[in-house]
Amino acid sequence: MENICISNVSKSFGHKQIFYHLNLTIYHGQINCIMAPSGGGKTTLLRILMGLEKIDSGCITGQKNKRFSAVFQEERLCEYMTAIENIRFVTPCLTVDKVRQEMEKLGLGDCACQPVSELSGGMRRRVSILRALLAEYDILCLDEPFQGLDDERKEQVLEYVKQNTVGKTVIFVTHDKEEALQLEAKIIVLSDFLIE
Amino acid sequence: MKQIIKKCEVRLWAILFWLFVWQIVSIWIDSDILLVSPLKVFCRLGELVCVATFWKAVVFTLSRIASGFFLAVMTGSVLAGLSSQYHYVYELIAPIIVTIKSVPVASFIILALIWISSKNLSILISFLMVLPIIYTNVLSGIKSVDKKLLEMAEVFCISRLRVLRFIYLPQIMPFFISACSVSLGLAWKAGVAAEVIGIPKGSVGEQLQQAKVYLDTPDLFAWTFVIVVISIVFEKLVLIFVKRCAAWCVIVRVKF
Repeated sequence: MENICISNVSKSFGHKQIFYHLNLTIYHGQINCIMAPSGGGKTTLLRILMGLEKIDSGCITGQKNKRFSAVFQEERLCEYMTAIENIRFVTPCLTVDKVRQEMEKLGLGDCACQPVSELSGGMRRRVSILRALLAEYDILCLDEPFQGLDDERKEQVLEYVKQNTVGKTVIFVTHDKEEALQLEAKIIVLSDFLIE
Repeated sequence: MKQIIKKCEVRLWAILFWLFVWQIVSIWIDSDILLVSPLKVFCRLGELVCVATFWKAVVFTLSRIASGFFLAVMTGSVLAGLSSQYHYVYELIAPIIVTIKSVPVASFIILALIWISSKNLSILISFLMVLPIIYTNVLSGIKSVDKKLLEMAEVFCISRLRVLRFIYLPQIMPFFISACSVSLGLAWKAGVAAEVIGIPKGSVGEQLQQAKVYLDTPDLFAWTFVIVVISIVFEKLVLIFVKRCAAWCVIVRVKF
């Protein structure tokens, strides 16, 4: 497996320039933590890597034909499905028992069969994290995945993410340096790579 | 049972009250041609249902209006799907839909009588009345589908069939059910109106026309009552079928 190389990538939305000749490397088999101030293009970079946005110029190598999994800024759960259905919608090959087992590890055992529309913000967040981690992927994108979790839950989920992403390529976007340190992530400060 | 009564907008006591008012007014007018009493209408209805011609007329009209309706449901849904995917299809269809919506049904009936035989007139007319409603509603449903969920499905490489079944269908269904509910009544009204003008042999419309020609008010009321009953039963059956299909999506979803 190769690293993901972002070379001279420029991207703008209308008159707003997000990146101008951005160059950086996402390391294979590591947790890469991308940090930047708000509006710094973190989410845009993730969206570009996942193929949801096109770049204006430059090139990206190492991410083509790779399977992605993601925790988006919003949960993006199907409201009319239960928690377990949301997870199995993405990964139908997983057995119900296996999903339940994993849900219990994140304190979601009791709400497996509840529609996600009835779950609290923190529970929904954990369901979306679990969905991303249980999916088959080569690259995992986490866009501020721990927001909305209380400190105790955050610890539990951070530990779960750490255990389940060993040797995997993870691109993790956050404001919180503590989270990056706990995940032993390689920190990439996006503003360092932007040409003013 | 109480829930069913609560759900029902039309109460039995209200129906009985208005039947009573009708009976009193008909006694006061004392002319069967102007206003026949409800008792006489139901007596006439009792006579009609014993005759084979009655059932043949019902089957004739029902089969044609139902065919027009289902044809429009299929065509409208497919066209809405294509319009949502290809903008030029949307642009191509837009003038036709606007025209169908604006042209009076009577104009369509007269035009259609020039083009096709009166036997199949009600198929075309009910089709034309239902098509724009289904098309517009299903298209609105497709447009309202959560784009963020579609992006999620794209990232996780979920197959198109699963996206259609588990993201599109559940979100389009409320629009589709509402469109069916509105258009079912319209299909009946327009379909029977077409038969009254076109007078196809052996149809309910022909019976209504004959009742008008011979000033046979009991017949006119009896046939109108039959149309209302068939229309309500047909609407309920179709909506039950559509809702079962929607529920089937959920059941299958639980098992996947």
